[in-house]
Amino acid sequence: MALRAAPGLVGGVGAMARLRSGVLAFCAYLLVLGCAPSCFADRIGDLTETSVVDQAVRFFTFRDESLRYALLGAILLGVNCGLLGGFMVVRKLSLMGDALSHAVLPGVAIGFLWNMTKDPLAIFVGATIAGLLGALTVSAITHTTKIKEDAALGMVLSGYFAVGYCITSMFGRLETGNKAGIDHFLFGQAAAINRDDIVLMSVVTVVTVLCVSVFYKEFLVTSFDAAFARATGFPTMLFHNGLMLLLAFSVVIALQAVGVVLVSAMLITPAASAYLLTDRMHRLLTLSALFGVATGAIGAFLSFLESGLPTGPLMVLAATLVFGMAFLFGPRHGVLMRWWRQRSRSHRVQRENTLKAVYQALERRNFKGESVTLLELAQRRRETEEEARRQASALIRNGLATRHGTGEQIVLTPEGWLRACEIVRNHRLWELYLTNAAHIAADHVHEDAEKIEHVLGEDVVRQIERRLDFAKTDPHGRPIPSIDDMRRGAGGLFGRDELVGYGRPT
Amino acid sequence: MNDLIPPFDWQYVVVSTWTGNVGGYGWLGWTALMGFLVAATCGLVGNYLILRRMALVGDAISHSVLPGLAVAFILAGMAGGGDAEEISHGVRSPTVMFLGALGAAVVTTIMIEVIHKKTRVKQDAAIGITFSSLFALGVVIISLFAGKAHIDTECVLHGEITFVPDDLFVVIGGREIAPGPVVRMAGVAGVTALLIVFFYKELLVSSFDPGLAASLGINATVVHYGLMSWLSVVVVSAFEAVGAILVIAMLIIPGATASLLTRRLPWMMGLTIVHAALSSVLGLHLAMWLECSVAAAMCVAASGLFVAVWIFSPSEGLIRQWLRRRVEGPEESSAATAVQP
Repeated sequence: MALRAAPGLVGGVGAMARLRSGVLAFCAYLLVLGCAPSCFADRIGDLTETSVVDQAVRFFTFRDESLRYALLGAILLGVNCGLLGGFMVVRKLSLMGDALSHAVLPGVAIGFLWNMTKDPLAIFVGATIAGLLGALTVSAITHTTKIKEDAALGMVLSGYFAVGYCITSMFGRLETGNKAGIDHFLFGQAAAINRDDIVLMSVVTVVTVLCVSVFYKEFLVTSFDAAFARATGFPTMLFHNGLMLLLAFSVVIALQAVGVVLVSAMLITPAASAYLLTDRMHRLLTLSALFGVATGAIGAFLSFLESGLPTGPLMVLAATLVFGMAFLFGPRHGVLMRWWRQRSRSHRVQRENTLKAVYQALERRNFKGESVTLLELAQRRRETEEEARRQASALIRNGLATRHGTGEQIVLTPEGWLRACEIVRNHRLWELYLTNAAHIAADHVHEDAEKIEHVLGEDVVRQIERRLDFAKTDPHGRPIPSIDDMRRGAGGLFGRDELVGYGRPT
Repeated sequence: MNDLIPPFDWQYVVVSTWTGNVGGYGWLGWTALMGFLVAATCGLVGNYLILRRMALVGDAISHSVLPGLAVAFILAGMAGGGDAEEISHGVRSPTVMFLGALGAAVVTTIMIEVIHKKTRVKQDAAIGITFSSLFALGVVIISLFAGKAHIDTECVLHGEITFVPDDLFVVIGGREIAPGPVVRMAGVAGVTALLIVFFYKELLVSSFDPGLAASLGINATVVHYGLMSWLSVVVVSAFEAVGAILVIAMLIIPGATASLLTRRLPWMMGLTIVHAALSSVLGLHLAMWLECSVAAAMCVAASGLFVAVWIFSPSEGLIRQWLRRRVEGPEESSAATAVQP
């Protein structure tokens, strides 16, 4: 198979000449790659060639007007998208923002056609209408057909975008057609944010904040319990559509800064990060707005620092970074914390099992002597001596035991003794409870007690003890340590004189 | 406003499209064929996305292919020791491209799964976070590495289907067969069809009944990742023609339209292909008339067909629903059930 240019087929159009020069037809991909720098010419610190420190100083002194506007825009955007994104994320409507941001394109194009200039107000009105139509189309499709919401969102997203792109591509033939203004909506141009845009953004942000704070309770109840809201005669559809209207507003103002593709990140990512950190809606909204502001500012700063980097994508990456931090280090739901909790829980269970083994070893020889050798421990747990040594050191590290003699023996500390008694007590009481109350055969209760002995709380154990009428022995005939026994030390169990361990009364 | 919509000239719009050399372009039949191949291939894969409620994963992958391509090209460029200029013009083999796309698809799928499974963030938010971060990463990588080539913005999101007839023709045995992109797309379409035929049972069962799939010994994870990988190959092939965003239209709209007309999967597949053919031909004529982007016009035609089916579908169209409500009273609304195998 060979390739050669088809003669006489190529027209003289500039774009086509460029294509013809490529030897392989994969040009298009490279165009994709190559054209990015020119179309993302939205860096704030574009014109100066200065050092990083100088740029940082310039940034923090806010000398440049365009920087002030860009930063202000990023902050307003953060508040706006953060607040609305919170509702979107908890309502599982996250991708509605994505769909709307694409669906506004025909509105932008028609708003532009209105008087052939980039009039912010006309474009704003057109885009909002198109966005609302998009949202209505999604709900119409999902309500009247069996098509699921995800496919409906995808269709509205791409269908509206195609219409919008069709219209904008027709501008090319018009002499007045200044397409540059339209193109920026695809990728955003934070550097071009001007006074009018800021005014528009401020108005939208104020409206959003007002609506959310005035109708907070209503939004809350429609978000979390729509069925209840409908049952109490609440106009849920009204609030849903109101939310969509606010969403359309904020998508339109966000287009200017981050562009069509990345708007969804500004809506979803800060809110999802906040969702990982808190369970309360008002805290979620506050945190999400804060994250939005922070990511906006960080994005603006980074792109200002290194001229040549686009602002919108950096804002998105900053938001992703915040999400990553919340994902890893979140105190409640963070992956690391969960891993740590799991690990420490399994270590605790291990320690408690060792304590139980020590107790049983002592019990075996009727609590004669207070030290337990590692060999005994190993036999008790049916493990190697090496294993027993490791577990003994874990006890010693946690102050539950001390080393005795040559180091081959351990002695429980008072806390260790108490904890060991508690575990054994939990275990045996539970076994007795299962046989007496639940009528489970005595040889079937051990496994369950092995698990639950680590989680039973003090109150529950007392309750069980009372129910069992302060029984003294478990189903296997072994004594259950009572609270008094624990206090007096093991000697009390059998009325011996020689007291054992540190558990003896002082 | 009146300048915007040119008069409808039957001879120019309809006849010359198929007969002549219009406006300096080659024979536009190739464009129509390319559009058909793209829409049919995407539509076939898209059917499974719709059935598995993963339509927006397609959206995510079509965006995250960008960083995959960027990284693959830059790595290939570095391996070849080239500078920025060479990166953007020299090394571009299909292998590099497909590897980049596959890598992107796997990373996207894993990221969505991890965020979705390891946190309480829902799947839709996980998709949004994943594709937007990867797309942003792609843009930043490109602006860091890919030099200062001056090329217009059209191609990023919109593809180059218009120029297909002028592309290099594939020559076999001294005869010009078809333009390169058409031949490649036909290859991808053929492989897609073969894969669907070979793995029909696996795809079917795992899409409709994961429990049954598990009992038959079908590994759902393997099917999932296989589908995602092939999706990325299809997306990257279609990318060239229609761009990143309109790929989503090609993926979802044909299948969704077909699902309004039938409940049997084989019929759905067939109708998808019919829809692809109609939308590509209608779209081409629309673009000839309005002189707008061909790819966008094809998607507009696809959406138009969807709307028409939505209204007029004999089984559950809007008109049919309205009639049924009038006959049977309001409580008997359309009992829309899912597609059946």
